[in-house]
Amino acid sequence: MRARITFSKQGALRYTGHLDLHRLWERAMRRADLPLSYSLGFHPQPKISLAAALPLGFSSLGEVLDVRFNAEIPTEEIAARLKDSLPPDIKVTGVESVDEREPALQTQVLSATYDAHLTEPVDGADLMRRVEEMLMAENLPRERRNKSYDMRPLIEILNVITESDGEVWLQMKLAARDGATGRPEEVLDALGIEPEYTRVERTRLIFQR
Amino acid sequence: MLNPEQIEAKLDRILLKVQKPGRYVGGELNSTLKDWDKAQTRVAFVFPDIYDIGISNVGLKILYDQINQRDDALAERAYAPWTDMEALMREHEIPLYTLESKHALACFDLIGFTLPYETLYTNALNILDLAGIPVRSADRDETHPIIIAGGHSATNPEPMHAFIDAFAIGEGEEVIHDIINTIQRVKGQKSKVDGDLRPSTFDRNDLLLALAQIPGVYVPKFYETTYLEDGTVAHTQPTTPEVPKVVNKRIVAKLLPPPLKFIVPNIEVVHNRVSVEIMRGCTRGCRFCQAGMITRPVRERAVQEVVDAADAAVRSTGFEELALMSLSSSDYTYVNELVDAISKRFEGRKLTVALPSLRIESVSIDLMDKLKQHRSGGFTLAPEAASERMRKIINKFIPDEDIINTTRDIYTRGWTTIKLYFMIGHPSETIEDVQAIVDLSKRVLAEGRKAAGWKVKLNVGVSTFVPKPQTPFQWVSCDTRENILEKQALLKRQLLKDKNIKLSWTKPEDTLLEAWLTRGDRRMAEVIYSAWKRGAKFDAWGDEIKVQTAWLPAFEEHGLDPAFYTHRQRRTDEVFPWEHITAAVRKNFLFQDFRQSLEGQIRMDCRLNCYACGILPTFASLRRENPGEGWKCPEVKSPAKVKSEKLAMVSEQLPVVGGDFCELNW
Ligand code: SF4
Repeated sequence: MRARITFSKQGALRYTGHLDLHRLWERAMRRADLPLSYSLGFHPQPKISLAAALPLGFSSLGEVLDVRFNAEIPTEEIAARLKDSLPPDIKVTGVESVDEREPALQTQVLSATYDAHLTEPVDGADLMRRVEEMLMAENLPRERRNKSYDMRPLIEILNVITESDGEVWLQMKLAARDGATGRPEEVLDALGIEPEYTRVERTRLIFQR
Repeated sequence: MLNPEQIEAKLDRILLKVQKPGRYVGGELNSTLKDWDKAQTRVAFVFPDIYDIGISNVGLKILYDQINQRDDALAERAYAPWTDMEALMREHEIPLYTLESKHALACFDLIGFTLPYETLYTNALNILDLAGIPVRSADRDETHPIIIAGGHSATNPEPMHAFIDAFAIGEGEEVIHDIINTIQRVKGQKSKVDGDLRPSTFDRNDLLLALAQIPGVYVPKFYETTYLEDGTVAHTQPTTPEVPKVVNKRIVAKLLPPPLKFIVPNIEVVHNRVSVEIMRGCTRGCRFCQAGMITRPVRERAVQEVVDAADAAVRSTGFEELALMSLSSSDYTYVNELVDAISKRFEGRKLTVALPSLRIESVSIDLMDKLKQHRSGGFTLAPEAASERMRKIINKFIPDEDIINTTRDIYTRGWTTIKLYFMIGHPSETIEDVQAIVDLSKRVLAEGRKAAGWKVKLNVGVSTFVPKPQTPFQWVSCDTRENILEKQALLKRQLLKDKNIKLSWTKPEDTLLEAWLTRGDRRMAEVIYSAWKRGAKFDAWGDEIKVQTAWLPAFEEHGLDPAFYTHRQRRTDEVFPWEHITAAVRKNFLFQDFRQSLEGQIRMDCRLNCYACGILPTFASLRRENPGEGWKCPEVKSPAKVKSEKLAMVSEQLPVVGGDFCELNW
């Protein structure tokens, strides 16, 4: 069967990267005694695919993976078995059964939403102005790893939110398609906010329906 | 002092700037986070190397579980931060903290270091410093944790005597409870006297004195060493009558159930595996092997216990590798039954099983066959020396033909790579013995080619022997840098020509550093301190320059000659710096064994014939209380009998002490 698991990744697990997370899930499935399918060949790989890599340091409320099992298992049972098999900072929030013929999970991701909290106080009005300027721009040429690209079309939503207690934070929705992925740390950098003074959480991955 | 929330807030700012930040955050499955306020005694266990290495240490895992099973105590972990993280921690004034609760190490009652090898010494100092705890015991007061250490290098604790408050000699499973109980008792008494219930009010000296009275605990501050004119030790004696003259190691009569819930790291580390100890101790008596001498007596675990523990641990971790640990797997009485049971239990599951330290014989190939291991992994054998003469000297005798036949068989049965481990620098080694490594390796490969074709490969690992305390070779000189280089040059010249031979070796600097430290005396503490001040750390990571820039100047600063510790044959009547610490194998026995080695005499496995090495007299009552197969030493019947047996054994074994070494003709 093909199962889709939605999970949160918080705390210490923010510092576990994509490849390590893959391995972590493989072991978790084994601990939960779930009949993981493996690819054929000399080095069989477990059939687990993570929807979209989460940058190191970010927490997430809604990561998604697809996994293939050798048997049909009720989704409630999958959730129950995984419960005690995961490190404390990963929690399964949903398990559903998925049609085998659906295209690969990674190809279905459209965009992702993020909350960026600022750990140093900022001038809200000033930030608001910078955000507006950014959104008004026709294009935002930027460079990443020696490649230039336009960041503007990747920003779908960018909001400054001011809480009643004066706390200011950012909410964004960025494209997350293959070859067109917006990065919250790039947006923050373009706004003149140093990533080390932020705490970013991915809140949701948005899929094609 | 920063509280955990403050430490975490600071960490968030720096962690993305370091390699592998997952090393510094904890949160692993099977780690234990207990309620800080409910624990009366809080212990931090430290493995003073990076997380990637330290996390797999089984000894610490056992102690961690022991403490966390108590209602009145908690245990957490810390490792040495890598240099990038250390620099940022110092810059941002973050003290070293534990991974579980993020409390600074200085908040704990007890810090327990494991020091399996000497090259971790400078790291231990660095960790204390990073934790904001005075590096020297003498500078600590009631506000500081008690610092203890254990592990194989505590066999000679003297070089670290100035930094560690108390050493646990031998096995830690039981003594750790005695230490905790003593801390609770002393701290409790003081609170009652003062009517003050703060557990931290106590007199540090009272506590250390109480610890020094626990069997197996050595508190250096209550001992004093005097030296002879030639710089050797005259004696080390207690400065107070309350402490024992000689500290005997502790052992457990029966191995505790193995840990089942191994910590599963959230990042890749060196060993992702479950380790189950199948046997402790070794009866083979290889003369170079410190572990074999200091971990006696042999105690075996029942097959069923091993298999059940392995199964439970594999299930609780999801690891893909299982290691069945012992110093000599082939000697485990029921090794066939064990291998059958393991392969049956794990049939069809994806699991690699390691059964290290197999004897060089075809039975070993059958064992590996049964475990259905990937042939691609290579087959490892450790002849340790390449000439029959030398294998007699080190007491690992096996005829050349057995090596050739076994390796040929391994190639024939489908392994394409064999790894052979040798050592250079054994006592009385000549260049011919080194040439023998070349010749034997080439012969192994040539025979392999005849049997299995040109695809066969050979990896030759050649380390350098370091004479260790409490072994029959504790008297001998370590090879010089020049000799080592010359021998390695020969090996490289002749072995690297064949592209199917891979050669690896140990840098002479690493060997010398280990050799200086392992037989060091109390004066070495100042050298360690100065070397650390000059930047020595992570000494196990082979930084040759540190030897030049930190270690040699440190020796010079304190007017000590490194060669005194390494390149000096000890007098037969020399008092060793570790004379007041014993692993229960008597010096007389070691000396006699040393004499036998000079005569090329070998000693058989002591399971077959007890040589009265000292274990049984020391632990007679433990053996009596635990009769049967578990121990491999002979059974002890009645107390009276032991006494007479002991006497008989002693008189029979008395060596000739006091002879002049130079006449022994090396
Ligand atoms: S007491 Fe005898 S059997 Fe036991 S370890 Fe020593 S020599 Fe071996």
